[in-house]
Amino acid sequence: MRLEIGSIFIRDVQFADATAVKDGVLYVDRAALAAAAAGEDERIKSVEVFLARPGESVRILPVKDVVEPRVKVAGPGGIFPGFTSNVEQVGSGRTHVLKGAAVVTTGKIVGFQEGIIDMQGPGAEYTPFSKTYNVVVKVEPIDSLKQHEHEVVVRLAGLRAAKYLGEAGRDVEPDEVRVYETKPLLEQVAEYPNLPKVAYVYMLQTQGLLHNTYYYGVDVKQIVPTFMYPTEAMDGAIVSGNCVSACDKNPTYVHLNSPVIEDLYAQHGKTINFIGCVVTNENVTLMDKERSSNMAAKLIGFLGADAVIISEEGFGNPDADLVMNCNKIEKQGIKTVLITDEYAGQDGASQSLADSTPLGNACVTAGNANEVVTLPPMEQVYGYPEVANVIAGGWDGSLAADGSITAEIQVITGATNELGFHKLTARGI
Amino acid sequence: MSKFRIVHYINQFYAGIGGEDKADVQPEKRDGIVGPGMAFRGALADVAEIVGTVFCGDNYMNDHSEEACATVLEMIRSYQPDLVLVGPAFNAGRYGMACGMVAKMVDENLHIPVVGGIYEENPGADMYRRYAYFVPTTNAASGMRKAVPEMAAMVKKVLAGEEIRDGYLKKGLRQNYFAEERGSKRAVDMLLKKINGEEFVTEYPMPVFDRVEPQPAIKDITKARIALVSSGGPVPKGNPDHIESSSASKFGKYCLKDIDDFTPENGQTAHGGYDPVYANQDLDRVLPLDVVKEMVRDGEIGSLHDYWYATVGNGTAVASAKKFAAAIAEQLLADHVDGVILTST
Repeated sequence: MRLEIGSIFIRDVQFADATAVKDGVLYVDRAALAAAAAGEDERIKSVEVFLARPGESVRILPVKDVVEPRVKVAGPGGIFPGFTSNVEQVGSGRTHVLKGAAVVTTGKIVGFQEGIIDMQGPGAEYTPFSKTYNVVVKVEPIDSLKQHEHEVVVRLAGLRAAKYLGEAGRDVEPDEVRVYETKPLLEQVAEYPNLPKVAYVYMLQTQGLLHNTYYYGVDVKQIVPTFMYPTEAMDGAIVSGNCVSACDKNPTYVHLNSPVIEDLYAQHGKTINFIGCVVTNENVTLMDKERSSNMAAKLIGFLGADAVIISEEGFGNPDADLVMNCNKIEKQGIKTVLITDEYAGQDGASQSLADSTPLGNACVTAGNANEVVTLPPMEQVYGYPEVANVIAGGWDGSLAADGSITAEIQVITGATNELGFHKLTARGI
Repeated sequence: MSKFRIVHYINQFYAGIGGEDKADVQPEKRDGIVGPGMAFRGALADVAEIVGTVFCGDNYMNDHSEEACATVLEMIRSYQPDLVLVGPAFNAGRYGMACGMVAKMVDENLHIPVVGGIYEENPGADMYRRYAYFVPTTNAASGMRKAVPEMAAMVKKVLAGEEIRDGYLKKGLRQNYFAEERGSKRAVDMLLKKINGEEFVTEYPMPVFDRVEPQPAIKDITKARIALVSSGGPVPKGNPDHIESSSASKFGKYCLKDIDDFTPENGQTAHGGYDPVYANQDLDRVLPLDVVKEMVRDGEIGSLHDYWYATVGNGTAVASAKKFAAAIAEQLLADHVDGVILTST
């Protein structure tokens, strides 16, 4: 599959009478965006839209998801297949991206595990989304909506909002076009016969309520591991199910810009032959873990990979999936590098993972999520600051009277992202 | 610029009070240098001054740790130091523990750096390394000449606020920082090195759970010679070897020929990490001697080795536990033992 990604660099975002992209500025028709986000969903009571630019004294919480506006301008299918488009195979043709812009969904809290984005101050260092021009979409459901349905409502509203904004880039000449291509296996192997064949084991969190991920609209806990062309992710084949510990649940934005895929493509044809991805899950029962790790390892062996990167999502229970995948792949003589994060305690003194394997001798860490930070008050808060006391990583009293928040960096969206999207890491002292 | 102020903590021996017979002396402080501090004076002269020395008997510090630590802390605080120096303790177990306890108190209450010197396998090192920059020393005091300049160099680095990456026993803490490259790029770079057989450094050395592969099963248990070994602290009444209730420095070997059943009169536990009442009532609960002897009588087990081995797992350094295990295993092999019932708590 060959996909051209045309990036339109966004350098500012402003409200205007009509939604458009002009000279690097994303103009947003506030009412039209709110209507697009709401769609026909009768479960939505209200949608409000705000703007948050890098460096502004703005805090967004609770953050549910971050989504990048994209539009398919050539080739089969549309963005977010299974949700805002039909389920044609995506990942080929041409896609335009409003690079630098993001939709951030907020609103009444669904679960305990939503995040914080600060646009300035120390918190901004920890989140990649302090550098994006954010269109904040605050979605309120009708009363008495149950948690599961509430999550669906905000997830779909965010995807619709991103799709609506992405359309503004359809006819804009991109500032940069990059081409990504992985061919059918036999052709791909033949193209670079002397380079090591590398695949990517893409673990997706699937632990149930508010811990889910979707692939072409399917709840990933219901799949067996499957092959994915890397470019499929760039068209929204993988969508976040919102609302898990904010630091290491992958927002949809990160799947669209899946960093391991990008960085493997940077070496594709030079030092490696990037033959594709295996998408797998992180279910909670042992039988599921055994089945999925067996299948993932089998597929990797079948592809003839010489080496793989395995990225985890979440922590604790999924550490077992990471270790099983690592063991079963290494035991076939295939080299692995793992990406994880750590829960070493606030003092950094505890063992960081819940499971371990001596075969996991090449591990990249995205940092200790238990580190405590104080986020100073911001002039503007979009959302509900009081949830700082209940979200994962906060505690009763995290929110001080002056509006500052003291909590573990677990509360910060993307702080310890295990796809390797960010620069935070940890070392032993 | 005025010099940094240092307080030095040492034990009764280095303070010149006396040896084992004086290990019960209570904390005292003296202005200026006492004992080994003299050796540091020259090395630190241009940057820091030892303004006070605090010392305490090792037994007193270990047996009355709460009270002793509080007193020592106040004595240290009274000098308003910028840094506290402890030891070097070499491989003296109780001195090492005392240095560690002081480091912990200072770190948690005064929030100033602590520099120490200790032998890596000293139990105090394992328990308290996270609270100080402990420079590794030899196991005996003859290493003083080497330890002093290394500890002094560490003091200078710490006082200068330099980033310290080596030259001390790792604290075992994980510390966040922002890397130059994002995680995915680092992963790809690491993978390329691994593929090419080049050296790479994992960012998180996976914890090693010391899993021991089981030996092949004993084919005929009715002919096998079985021994009893425990880290639950089962010892003859009175704990004749004085195995420590925590952070054991030794194991014991005891004859079981004349015991068919443990009673409150012939056995007890030395372990300080669990409620000892039920073990002291009937030590068979920790070391199943009565049942095993019955099985031997009934021909279900070939024979029972005449000795049992015991230590205390509570707070005991892994390095110590490994050392005990190797020594015990060697003796069991020499005595032709085929299998071991290993109990813990």
